[in-house]
Amino acid sequence: MGRFLLRRLWLSAITLLLVSVVLFVVAEVLPGDVGRTILGPFATNAQVAQLNQELGLDRPLPVRYADWLGNFVTGDWGQSFLLNTPVRSLVVERMVNSLLLGAFALAFIVPVSIGLGVLAALYRDRFIDRAISVTGLSLIALPEFVVGVIVLVIFAVELGWFPVSSQVPSANPVDVFRQFLMPSIPLMLVLFGYIARMARAGTVEALGSDYVRTAVLKGLSRRALIWRHVLRNALLPTISVVSVQVGYLFGGLVVIETLFNYPGIGKLLLDSAVGHDLPVLEASVLVVAVLYMLSNLVADSLYAVLNPRIRVGR
Amino acid sequence: MSAANGRATVDVEGLSISYLRRRQPLRVIEDLTFSIRPGEAYGLVGESGCGKSTVAMALMRYLPQNAVVDAGRVTFAGDDLLGADGATLRRWRGSRMAMVYQDPASALNPSMRVGAQISEVYRQHRGMDGAAASKEAEAMLGKVRITDPGRILGRYPHELSGGQQQRVMIAMALSTDPELLVLDEPTTGLDATVEAEVLDLVEQLRSDFDTSILFISHNLGVVRRVCERVGVLYAGRLIEEGPSDELLREPRHPYTLGLLRCVPRRGMRKDALRLEPIPGSLPPLGADLPGCVYASRCPIARERCHVEPPPPYDTGDGRISRCHYHDEVPTIPPGEQQITPPPPSDGATLLKVEDLVKTYGTSGNSMQAVAGVSFEVRQGEVFGLVGESGSGKTSLARCLSGLVDASSGRATFEDHLDISAAEHRRNAELRRKLQMIFQNPDTSLNPRHSVRRILGRALLLLAGVKNRRERERRSLELASSVRLEPRHLQVRPSALSGGLKQRVAIARAFAGEPALVLCDEPVSALDVSVQAAILNLLLDVQAERKVSYLFISHDLNVVRYLADSIGVMYLGQLVDVGPARAVFDPPHHPYTEALVSAMTTLEDSGGSRPRIKLGGPMPSPSDPPSGCRFHTRCPRFLGDICRDEAPPWQRDGEGHQYRCHIRPGELSGLQRANGASPDEPQAATRRDHPPKENGRQG
Repeated sequence: MGRFLLRRLWLSAITLLLVSVVLFVVAEVLPGDVGRTILGPFATNAQVAQLNQELGLDRPLPVRYADWLGNFVTGDWGQSFLLNTPVRSLVVERMVNSLLLGAFALAFIVPVSIGLGVLAALYRDRFIDRAISVTGLSLIALPEFVVGVIVLVIFAVELGWFPVSSQVPSANPVDVFRQFLMPSIPLMLVLFGYIARMARAGTVEALGSDYVRTAVLKGLSRRALIWRHVLRNALLPTISVVSVQVGYLFGGLVVIETLFNYPGIGKLLLDSAVGHDLPVLEASVLVVAVLYMLSNLVADSLYAVLNPRIRVGR
Repeated sequence: MSAANGRATVDVEGLSISYLRRRQPLRVIEDLTFSIRPGEAYGLVGESGCGKSTVAMALMRYLPQNAVVDAGRVTFAGDDLLGADGATLRRWRGSRMAMVYQDPASALNPSMRVGAQISEVYRQHRGMDGAAASKEAEAMLGKVRITDPGRILGRYPHELSGGQQQRVMIAMALSTDPELLVLDEPTTGLDATVEAEVLDLVEQLRSDFDTSILFISHNLGVVRRVCERVGVLYAGRLIEEGPSDELLREPRHPYTLGLLRCVPRRGMRKDALRLEPIPGSLPPLGADLPGCVYASRCPIARERCHVEPPPPYDTGDGRISRCHYHDEVPTIPPGEQQITPPPPSDGATLLKVEDLVKTYGTSGNSMQAVAGVSFEVRQGEVFGLVGESGSGKTSLARCLSGLVDASSGRATFEDHLDISAAEHRRNAELRRKLQMIFQNPDTSLNPRHSVRRILGRALLLLAGVKNRRERERRSLELASSVRLEPRHLQVRPSALSGGLKQRVAIARAFAGEPALVLCDEPVSALDVSVQAAILNLLLDVQAERKVSYLFISHDLNVVRYLADSIGVMYLGQLVDVGPARAVFDPPHHPYTEALVSAMTTLEDSGGSRPRIKLGGPMPSPSDPPSGCRFHTRCPRFLGDICRDEAPPWQRDGEGHQYRCHIRPGELSGLQRANGASPDEPQAATRRDHPPKENGRQG
């Protein structure tokens, strides 16, 4: 298990390095000029050039990349061009906000989706299965911004039950629900479809397997059968899907946080991309990539713990 | 053994079962009547599609959802089985009735330790707590003769060998001392040596447990070994039933006779006797057959057979035959005896393999699958390659066919072509001349191409036939040379039966007039009647085209029948090689001896010759034993010399050589010494340390 983790960490580091290169190059070729964006249309070309020189933007790309990477690794993430604050504290704070929102959505929807997916499989081809499957499929087809706008209009604008613009909640659970429920609904609805479908497929497969036949013919009760023999094997593929969806969740957060004006990393990403705030943009994307890696690593480790066949180097 | 007066453990009467396909009921079991007495082993034989497994599942009340019981009555120990409710079934299953399946690897829960899986039964049916159940499970594993049961308890199924997995399944099934044990092809996926072990175990356990057994198998030899009575199923009907020895010695139904004539028997060789496949094929499911189901394939069928279904005729001695002319069956003459000419004994060397090595993995964690193999295949001969799974047969074939590169060593084809390099570096001539036929035609033929396209492409690529009309003509020619009808060219492989698919694969291989065809278990997935037809076909094509075969198989009966020369592989090494007769009759290498002894044959029912048992599973090829690689399991272990020194090649003329410290002639002396004390077959040869029980230490 230790060797497995070490190998995965090593691979993750290489992947992150590649991400940083791609990110840096892409950010470079974004249209527009940093100095011009900051100083506005009325500044002279000389002023723009001077600012670019102060920011070190006139140096060759590989030099800037090496410089940036070295600083990033040692914890110096630079200053935001736009807000003139240290990037690190900004990105970390926003990341934490987003994680809170994401965790809320996941904590809610993962158990519900798995539960309903398994239920659908147990009542395969009956009404309850059809209802769950059709609902899940329909929800996948609805993009977050559509659902987001709808819930916003109904519950915040018309009914006024929830705030139009979500803030970071206090520790009060009521406030957590008040601030998070609206923005997380669109995220949850999309996730529900995917996770429930995987849970259903995994359970159907397990139910048809030879080892479940063995278990049935051992005379086990239905409960023992499902808990001991079906679920553990059935949920393995679901775990990988959930981890992939965590990455997807960040994409959704950009839309949702903008829509609900929530101060998370998604909104920060959008603002910095629009405002040509390269240090913030690069740091944000890299942090998202790190988190994505970590969630995959956790999922794979969990998978390895549950699946004795791929445990390497016992 | 069978208590004639007691009530039957299982009593099946007039059972008919249909499967619903598109709401149409298709009859799969028709008016089936049989019973199993307490303590009796009843064998049910038949080819795939005859309904064996449906019967097994009906007895466990685990039929698929689309199955309908149309008529009949099944009682289990006097109680109605078909009408039993869910709670009753849960009480019976696992406690009074249990089952062992064909593929133990998939029948065990992959994410649960085997100990937990066995103790579950005790907890469910005996109400034990975890510790007590675990203790019982350990004791039970001991009863199925697993080495070190305490350690096995904590293992996951994938950490066990196939034989150990099946022992675990048997332990689980017998844990509650059930009245009925259903064994559904329990040894089919296993190596011959492991099969022999499992069958020994079943025989031994029958004296420890008073269980009735329903033993389902396609292998007549296996059934004969285990069962007292046997029933033969054909197209869902029980067409013959009786005591197994008598029934298999003198069948009273043409189908049983046909099955027996399909299988190569001991001493039967291709140059003396031809196998007799059963003509035609199984009637389709749900076909409306007014007369005898076998009439269309029967050599003695008459008008009456096509219109009047035969009743179960009592032919005496507890035997039943559903044949109007069962009296005539013993007089059905064997078919035409077309004899295959022997190969040219002075044939030139076609393939020369010298010290071939194939290593997988990196230097830190490497595994030598083929460890320095040398042999020759002559023109026009069949070279049989045998050995247990993991012996390196398939790796060797993959090297020779160019699927992988050899790590070192040389393989020369026709004296000048180097074939130790992989496929993409091979030239067209070599590709044409060296072809393969694989075990599973389902996966080796492109499912999206029609047979015409498969053969056409082979002709284009291998024979370079560019003209479309010429290709069509040659495709038809190829098809007819493997006895395929022109109509078979239209369809995709999925529309063909297993035997027909394998014919397509053979036709494909022969598109470019090959000189050597590598056959990797080409008949292992086929039913015996089809197997006989394919083997005959291979021999016919060989006689026509003067091709050589490298024939890989785990089935010694087939290899003995077919091969001119034989190579025996163990842990990546060739340990015994030479002309077939010199290798097998009598065996000189202890491993060959063990393989021969593990064969299930139809002729003798054990007794006369003691079985040679191999100790434990094959060691891992990544860490082969020192000295002689076979010493950890060798029943003829001599002492330190086997452990320390790699054995020399012993030669005994006729081009036969084997790798062992025992000199030619010595082994037969040891065999005679054993014959005197069959109870302890190994005692006479143990001069030094006893062989280790388990090859893998820690």
